[in-house]
Amino acid sequence: METPETTNKKGDAKPGKLGRDVQARLGQQLRAMYDDVVNQGVPDRFAELLNRLENNGNKDKH
Amino acid sequence: MPMDESVRKAILGAVPSLRAFAISLCGNVDRADDLVQETMLRALANIDSFQPGTNMPAWLFTILRNHFRSEYRKRRREVEDTDGHYADSLKSQPEQHGQVEFREFKEALTHLPSDQREALILVGASGFSYEEAANICGCAVGTIKSRVNRARTRLAELLSIDGVNDFGPDEQTRAVLAGGGE
Repeated sequence: METPETTNKKGDAKPGKLGRDVQARLGQQLRAMYDDVVNQGVPDRFAELLNRLENNGNKDKH
Repeated sequence: MPMDESVRKAILGAVPSLRAFAISLCGNVDRADDLVQETMLRALANIDSFQPGTNMPAWLFTILRNHFRSEYRKRRREVEDTDGHYADSLKSQPEQHGQVEFREFKEALTHLPSDQREALILVGASGFSYEEAANICGCAVGTIKSRVNRARTRLAELLSIDGVNDFGPDEQTRAVLAGGGE
């Protein structure tokens, strides 16, 4: 949704256009946050879940 | 049929990033893990509709995302779009800079509209292309692009960063960052 009152024409000190440095920094933090979780690997419950399902054979679950 | 070994591997292999995605969507580890579990159940129940050789992670992300969305519509107890008080609470934190910055970043992320947040995460963290992200979210590529842009802009606003000098983690980083700019 555009906000017309910000007259996004020449984009000088406009928040609309971020510098690459800002973007890089945001991206870095985003990945750091994400990778914190990714690096936790696969919690046991999920492998166990698959084992259980496998032992149940091929039912339509749910 | 018993679970195909490659399917099992692919699903388990996707779990870490599914969890990261889920946590970023719902902001809560336990709920995120439930989302992931439900995603696995649904995936296996519908494994016939998965085309071998296509992108399994993207397929799983789609399931998770859709499930979250429909669940979310039912119980809207999400923290979202609370603008005002937030900026104030950020001023004057006495911790170390990097740490504060990171915590603030996570906090700011929760204040994004969820469609922007998911787009940003998919593209910026999960490593999906704009096209893949668009497929996952069931929207046009251009929509994803504009959501990502707005998410970044909004984050920068929330974090009150509009230039390299506002980061202030350390001189070196700043110098490096400044080097690329202009």
